[in-house]
Amino acid sequence: MATDLVKNEGKHIHKPTAVKKETNWTKRVLITVMFLYLSIFLLVPLVYIFVKAFEQGSGVYFAAITNSDALDAIKLTLLVTLITVPLNTVFGIAAAWLITRFQFKGKQLLLSLIELPFAVSPVIAGLVLVLFFGPRGVMGPLFSELGIKILFSTPGIVIATMFVTLPFVARELIPVMQAQGKAEEEAAISLGASGWQMFVRVTLPNIKWGLLYGMILCNARAIGEFGAVSVISGRIRGMTNTMPLHVEILYNEYQFSAAFAVASLMSLLAILTLTIKAWIEWRAEKQQTA
Amino acid sequence: MKRKRRKKNVLPGFGLTMGITTMYLSIIVLIPLSMVFIESSKLGWQGFIEVVTSDRVLHAYKISFLTAFSAALINAVFGLMIAWVLVRYSFPGKRLIDGLIDLPFALPTAVAGIALTTLYAEDGWIGQFFTLLNIKVAFTPLGITVALVFIGLPFVVRIIQPVLENIEKEVEEAASSLGATKKQIFTKVIFPELLPSLLTGFSLAFARGIGEYGSVIFIAGNMPMNTEIAPLMIMTKLEQFDYAGATAIAAVMLVVSFLCLIIINLLQKWSRKHEMQGE
Amino acid sequence: MTIEISNVTKHYGSFEALKDISLNIPKGELVALLGPSGSGKTTLLRMIAGLESIEEGTISFDGSDLTDKHVNQRDVGFVFQHYALFKHMTVFDNIAFGLNVRKKRLRPSKKEIEVKVNELLELVKLSGFAKRYPGQLSGGQRQRVALARALAVEPQMLLLDEPFGALDAKVRKELRSWLRKLHNEINVTSVFVTHDQEEALDVADRIVIMNNGKIEQIGTPSEVYDNPASPFVYDFLGNVNLFHGRLHKGKLNLGYAQFDAPDYLDAMDKNAVGYVRPYQLNIEREKKSVDAIATKVYFIHSIGPKWHIELKREDSDTYVEVELNKAEHAQLDLTVGEVVYVRPKEMKVFIPEDFVI
Repeated sequence: MATDLVKNEGKHIHKPTAVKKETNWTKRVLITVMFLYLSIFLLVPLVYIFVKAFEQGSGVYFAAITNSDALDAIKLTLLVTLITVPLNTVFGIAAAWLITRFQFKGKQLLLSLIELPFAVSPVIAGLVLVLFFGPRGVMGPLFSELGIKILFSTPGIVIATMFVTLPFVARELIPVMQAQGKAEEEAAISLGASGWQMFVRVTLPNIKWGLLYGMILCNARAIGEFGAVSVISGRIRGMTNTMPLHVEILYNEYQFSAAFAVASLMSLLAILTLTIKAWIEWRAEKQQTA
Repeated sequence: MKRKRRKKNVLPGFGLTMGITTMYLSIIVLIPLSMVFIESSKLGWQGFIEVVTSDRVLHAYKISFLTAFSAALINAVFGLMIAWVLVRYSFPGKRLIDGLIDLPFALPTAVAGIALTTLYAEDGWIGQFFTLLNIKVAFTPLGITVALVFIGLPFVVRIIQPVLENIEKEVEEAASSLGATKKQIFTKVIFPELLPSLLTGFSLAFARGIGEYGSVIFIAGNMPMNTEIAPLMIMTKLEQFDYAGATAIAAVMLVVSFLCLIIINLLQKWSRKHEMQGE
Repeated sequence: MTIEISNVTKHYGSFEALKDISLNIPKGELVALLGPSGSGKTTLLRMIAGLESIEEGTISFDGSDLTDKHVNQRDVGFVFQHYALFKHMTVFDNIAFGLNVRKKRLRPSKKEIEVKVNELLELVKLSGFAKRYPGQLSGGQRQRVALARALAVEPQMLLLDEPFGALDAKVRKELRSWLRKLHNEINVTSVFVTHDQEEALDVADRIVIMNNGKIEQIGTPSEVYDNPASPFVYDFLGNVNLFHGRLHKGKLNLGYAQFDAPDYLDAMDKNAVGYVRPYQLNIEREKKSVDAIATKVYFIHSIGPKWHIELKREDSDTYVEVELNKAEHAQLDLTVGEVVYVRPKEMKVFIPEDFVI
């Protein structure tokens, strides 16, 4: 018995060091492979955009982003996001409230329908809007009678962007609100709060970070949407060009530096988005440990 | 004394949110989407089959599915690895790397498209090394796969990460105390836990891949019968004002997307069941 | 305020959560709803509060029907199981919430609210904690904040859902006696839900025991403990020994032993079960009467001042548990393995509703 114990102990003292060596070795290999993989696919392309943008000097760069076509594209993109993000935010809050706070038939189906735009190719999203609002479509004749142009103009681009970015806010909020449960809201109501007081004083403070997160993701996608917008815009330069469409045109005209210059602006926005996201996550982590 | 009543909710806003959600969803997504089936029915069955089985269209499907499948597979393998490294190891710059993973979600696809195309062109920064090996990347199906790997990279990582974080250390310690080796612990204890999420991530990346347009269109080169993808076929038909043809192709893609969606839902149910059993 | 519940029924899909419940709660009492999980006790509490809709039946307070009244018109203070404190508000703001959300003409002035909140903080012994956030409090402190928050709106009754469920054993005991004292002080009709029989026996004026959506028994702690109305109550309130036998003309027969069952003089050869609590059994060295059962001592251990003896019956494979006090144990001086006779001082016999039991 006694010798057995000693033996086992000996083994145990020995084993961890062996395991450690092995994990150290696998660890190094895995980390190296990961760095390589992420470099080829993410890091190098990101850096490359800025290198290309400044290839012909900062003069060309600033000319590319301040000429009137580029400015029009930037303005249109801003306009589209300014309409899309708030609307999708209202929708997202409503949908998340409905799904996490009530029991009703068809909830699972509704959840799937909300996620649907993620599964539909952006090109198809554009196509169905052309079919719906086009001259031969259901709504087309009605709108043209009213003198409202949807296809190949700003409203069409807005609707296409709304389609593609519809799930973002709802999808971020649903798990957050599910995890929070409805006890705090029930408490507020049982203490006499009205629906609006409950929402502003209890719900909103609880979901604000998830909401912000969903909004910046929605915003990033709205700025960058290409396929759906490209189908519906008709690409009249200066009229219905968003920033991504402007990049495409410049690229196809072999104005590479200009294309990458505009692209670098959007990349900066993407980096900003990721930074805010990281900051929100860092905050949440800190709150959890506090 | 007995009275029957309608159910009432304590929390307010059921009618309001139900109204907003269904109205918005219907106007923006559902009604337009139903146009696909209305429009493609105009072709008649014969015409429909003719469009979707023409050589050029069939080849485009093949390219779309094959490249999306390969890219999703590559991402499944490396995504699992990256998630493992990010959860289990600490190393300098981890936070930065973790943030970088989401780049494909945040970067406009067209921007990614032009960057990857010039990088992987024959004389590009990365393409030149492949040229040495006599491999052409840009303007080949391989190039399309590269773009789809970029687009699909976050899916698997982000789905695996939380699951891996939730696997209790005790379970592994228990396995280890019962005499399992590191490799056995991974294959018999950890991997089965991750499998449903891994498959979900794979399906998500695949579904995204077959529909992707912006990042692929630049690097594909779009040569008929070679590097044309299905979404591009829709574009081409539209530019020829062949609405019915475009819609027919879209209908087939939609059906595949719905199938993916159903599979993803079933997978998630499966992984939830896993969790329940875990408790 | 008197609460009158009559013929209340509730379904969740095909599951019947409450079956035709009727119950009166007199003014000023502290009542416990006791039962295992799934018994419907929380559902009933939430229905009284107005947090759950009522399908059939009525609930009235002081004679006025409140069945269709919304929770915020019922004048109830509800303390949630996991407290449901507003995480982003200080303790002060949590307690003041119910006053701050009142319509302008009903809202007390800022000064009045401050006075009121400070009073409540003193009442729940948290005077220095006004500026803290819920995350910085212990479980017991959070529970007291939740209570103060519910009391701030001066409710006519106080409803508490598993008030001590999430606390550790020691804090639980302290809070228990504190709640009892608090109730005596403020004298608001109170109902609390619990699955812990000791808690209910310790705190409540009256206990409502629930099982499977039905009320099994209502009574004072000593009534329900000493005079259980059903096998379920026997089983749920403390340990009990079961003696399965045949009931015939007022006698329960099992093997060589026979027990009196005066409640069943008309019974003709039926399966029945005798219920005896461990402290209601005597241990004797010799068989002196027909109601003694031969057993072999299996295990002896002490729990504080009490001794628990486990014995294996000679006539079957079942075990009997007997509780002795120190003196009894010392006098008997049992050893493991010896054969002794157990004799019930009291026994209550029930006929099982079906033969599965």
